[in-house]
Amino acid sequence: MTLVQDRTLRFGVELKRQLKRRRTKLLTGLTALLPLVLVIAFGFGDAPDTAKRGGTFADLAMVSAPNFVVFGFYVAGAYLLPVVVAVFFGETIASEASWSSLKYLLAIPVPRRRLLRQKACVAGGLSAFTLLLFPACAFLVGVIWYGAGDATSPSGDAVPFGKSVVALCIASAYIVVQLSWVAGLALLLSVSMDAPLGAVGGAVMAGVLSQILDAITALGDARKFLPTHYTFSWIDVFSTNVDWTAMANGVLLSLGYCLVLTTLAVRRFNRKDITS
Amino acid sequence: MKLQLTRSRVVALAAAVVVLGGATAAWASGGSDPQAKYRVEDAFIDVNGVSLDTSLYLPERTPAPAVLLAHGFGGDKHSTEKDARELADAGLVVLTYSARGFGESNGKIALNDPALEVTDARQLVDKLAQRKEVQLDGPNDPRIAVSGASYGGGLSLLLAGTDRRIDALVPVITYNSLAEGLLPNGVFKSSWGGFLYSMGVNESTEDVCGRFTAEICKAWTEVATTGTMSEETLNLLRRISPASTNTGVTAPTLLVQGEQDTLFGLDHADANAKQVKGPVQVVWFAGGHDGAYPDEKLRARIIGWIRYRLTGQGENPFGAFEYDVQGNITPEGVQSVRTVRVPDYPGVHGNPRKLQLSGGEQTIITPPGGLPAAISGMPALNSRLAQTPISSLFGMDLPGQQATFTSEKLTAQLLVAGSATITLKVSAVGTPGDGVLFVKVYDKDPNGNRTLPGNAVAPIKLPPLPQDGSPIEVSVNLAGIVRPIENGHELQISVATTDQTYRTPTTPATYRVSLDSVEVPVVPGVATESPFPVGQLLGIAGVLVLALVLACIRRRRREDVDPNLEHTPLVIQGLAKSYKGLTAVDGLSFRVERGQILGLLGPNGAGKTTTLRMLMGLITPTSGTIRVFGSLVRPGAPVLGRIGCFVESAGFLPHLSGAENLRLYWAATGRTPEEAHLEEALEIAGLGDAIKRRVKTYSQGMRQRLAIAQAMLGLPDLLVLDEPANGLDPPQIHAMREVLKRYAATGRTVLVSSHLLAEVEQTCTHVVVMHRGQVIASGTVDEIASAGGATSFAVDQPELTATTLRQLGVSDVDIEDDVVHADLNGVACGQAIAALVTAGVSVSRAGPRVRLEDAFLQLVGEGS
Repeated sequence: MTLVQDRTLRFGVELKRQLKRRRTKLLTGLTALLPLVLVIAFGFGDAPDTAKRGGTFADLAMVSAPNFVVFGFYVAGAYLLPVVVAVFFGETIASEASWSSLKYLLAIPVPRRRLLRQKACVAGGLSAFTLLLFPACAFLVGVIWYGAGDATSPSGDAVPFGKSVVALCIASAYIVVQLSWVAGLALLLSVSMDAPLGAVGGAVMAGVLSQILDAITALGDARKFLPTHYTFSWIDVFSTNVDWTAMANGVLLSLGYCLVLTTLAVRRFNRKDITS
Repeated sequence: MKLQLTRSRVVALAAAVVVLGGATAAWASGGSDPQAKYRVEDAFIDVNGVSLDTSLYLPERTPAPAVLLAHGFGGDKHSTEKDARELADAGLVVLTYSARGFGESNGKIALNDPALEVTDARQLVDKLAQRKEVQLDGPNDPRIAVSGASYGGGLSLLLAGTDRRIDALVPVITYNSLAEGLLPNGVFKSSWGGFLYSMGVNESTEDVCGRFTAEICKAWTEVATTGTMSEETLNLLRRISPASTNTGVTAPTLLVQGEQDTLFGLDHADANAKQVKGPVQVVWFAGGHDGAYPDEKLRARIIGWIRYRLTGQGENPFGAFEYDVQGNITPEGVQSVRTVRVPDYPGVHGNPRKLQLSGGEQTIITPPGGLPAAISGMPALNSRLAQTPISSLFGMDLPGQQATFTSEKLTAQLLVAGSATITLKVSAVGTPGDGVLFVKVYDKDPNGNRTLPGNAVAPIKLPPLPQDGSPIEVSVNLAGIVRPIENGHELQISVATTDQTYRTPTTPATYRVSLDSVEVPVVPGVATESPFPVGQLLGIAGVLVLALVLACIRRRRREDVDPNLEHTPLVIQGLAKSYKGLTAVDGLSFRVERGQILGLLGPNGAGKTTTLRMLMGLITPTSGTIRVFGSLVRPGAPVLGRIGCFVESAGFLPHLSGAENLRLYWAATGRTPEEAHLEEALEIAGLGDAIKRRVKTYSQGMRQRLAIAQAMLGLPDLLVLDEPANGLDPPQIHAMREVLKRYAATGRTVLVSSHLLAEVEQTCTHVVVMHRGQVIASGTVDEIASAGGATSFAVDQPELTATTLRQLGVSDVDIEDDVVHADLNGVACGQAIAALVTAGVSVSRAGPRVRLEDAFLQLVGEGS
């Protein structure tokens, strides 16, 4: 017998299985194109309202490439980016179940923990790639259209171009880590239901719900425990004196949620009867 | 999704919560205790000829240092209640009071007259010194700080300047000189003046002087009616302003001034900072008379400062100087603020940076009567207005009344912090008029929108202009602001002739003004170490370590192998599976030997598929064991690698072709491609060119064949096929039978489940009949077929045969054309044939009745 279980469903094999899917191409393509869409939208828009004092947040976007990326993060941060993660993780097990191919993978046998781990690794890789593709494209588009100027943060701080690129990298990394709670939730939902849409939708809905609750100021400090509370904390990095507190809180909270949800997912998948 | 809270799940959850909780405790510092840690004594205290309404806040632990808290103009002791509570919570004795002329206190308002209000406060300090709860530095010398905002801030400076017992003071948004506050450069700030006057008169007042003293009332009347001050008024205002006593302030001073303050601007704090003799720290915060009171964070730091100064405990929360920078509106619609910390206080003129201005010489007019007048804001409402859509209505410059001088577009952000200075060249055209001008600094964005930072306006009263129209130069300090002027924006200086906030000159006049540069104060901050979130980082590390530990826990269960069964492909013993009371498989036992083609036969719902799923480790049996080559089958058991299976339905990635599916499936096993025997499998699938099409496009039969091919990849020792004939046409079924027979002939084993009796009969060597989750028969196909004991006789005379057999005591005689079936009931077959022959029947064939269907129906029972 030549079967070695540690060699089953290697990363490359699973990646190949996922890469050929149309939804993978569509999702990465859409994310890459969004910055272009924004640029075109700005081009069509009316000139900023002269009656208004100062400028709107969107006006800031057109100042420089780093600002454009920051604007992109704000536009995409609440919905598009969590959806990317929810899709890649929500489909891991549920779509195999819906194709009935899950049972054949398990009968190879790929041990269940290993199956979940390999799937999560590939989903994580694809998510991170897509999440990072977005700022990369936005940056490129920004440099072409708006030039390589200083980053002007909403807090009125000007960060020189070179430093702002570093800040953008940190912000991008933060966003990837911050969304880990979505990954954990989508994974748990994915092992719990056979419909991939249900798992993806469930994770996205949870994000929306968390944002709604976060908007209710009456909840006070309880909101600090909502997973989306620190969604935009990366903005702190665009400042001369970086205060890491909010970002550290965000990372801790997200990783904590991710750990709990992933642990539940593993336990659930380990004991589950596969009937699809 | 069903969430069952099993014990283990609760344990996992609890472990994670503990980690999270431990980490979050680090930053969610405990909220303030709802139980008040102090008590309050209200009393009227007679001092200096008046009776003052006071509240004394006594903390739990006394004696403690004290704080005298004075209120703002128009307020009373209740307006400082919040601050008092916060200070008392911090363990300090706090005395708040309504100043004379305010609240329930009697007396008249004398605007912090040293002989009146200031003496009142000094006598309150005496009273505090008599309280046993107050810590003393010496006889009649309490350990005490004095604080207050605006009017109260003025009092704190005046008191500290005249009373050496004061140990620390925090004047907030207060003035240095009332004359400069109300008549900056001699131009009357009429809007604010009226505002303050209205606070000194209440509804019951019949007298125009309201609650003001006669002296103040007279001065006010003079200023309000003429817009100018007599020497007498000037002397009065000098006497009651901190400027006159500041040199006596030797205690540590924390000057907190607002950046949104058109009443007492940053220049007042600057003047105070320069005059006082004690150690000074200066804070410019994003607020003021036009904006907000110091927020919770800043108040907490101020309290920390007072505690530090009075008790020596903790650290000084402030450096020499810090200022807030208000940024843009964040996407959440909140104004963002950051704080710049500076090691030295450079003064309100900062480190000047010169900007060239273009605009040349421009002519402006003062309209007759000063109407219409430019609008620069609404006193006290500016910051609230700025957030409304009508804010643009409160910023208006009028054509012909304004000259503008603009810088080049900035190439980098310019953070203006303080008061800019200009040297203006002015000449009169015709009669010089009143000689009053208003200078403003605008931030002009690339779209031409102008913003007036802090709504700040600097009025100037020009020296007498030469009648001949020759120019004079005047140096002007503009109002102090903090404003980041962005890259691409322009800085614009506007020189106007009217402004509604001030008493606008009424004499018509024309001026020629020119300006070629401005000195802008720039105060670079230092990178301060913001407290590193150590607790959170430890928490993150904890989460990561826990994740690593959880990932490494492997229940390496030893493989459970029965060596006696090492060569037996499959042994099932006492297998049972029930779902919520419904029993699908109930005590199933059978075994399969090498080289067999075993048919698992049973009607739909007999439990065949459930059994096969358990065999693949997809579902866990309720009880019983399955051993494959001696190894116990569990989810993920390595022995599953020796099984090739096709159960219930084909499972392929619809976006890949048939060939890619097989190739990737094999790749997923991690075994070498040579082991796969892919070509043979493809031949079995018989899909031809369709193998290159995406599986999405396949028919049911094609998927079925591909799935069987997949099961045979790698030529597994035990091949398990569930209803393989479904969806195949007769030639394909025939071909498949041959394939299976050849497969078994190599010594491998095949397990086929079916509900089609003919199929099992023709394909299998052995059969296990299942019904309601139990084995009801097993053996070779022939054994099962004859298990009912029925025998068939092919004869020429069926009727006679039936009669003869019945006479032998045989039952269930059944005639079917030329064949008679009968249950011999123990009668030997030979005996029956002999009897038939004797009766003259020609028997062409006799033997067990081989129709499995009959046996099957008999086994299963009627009506099932």
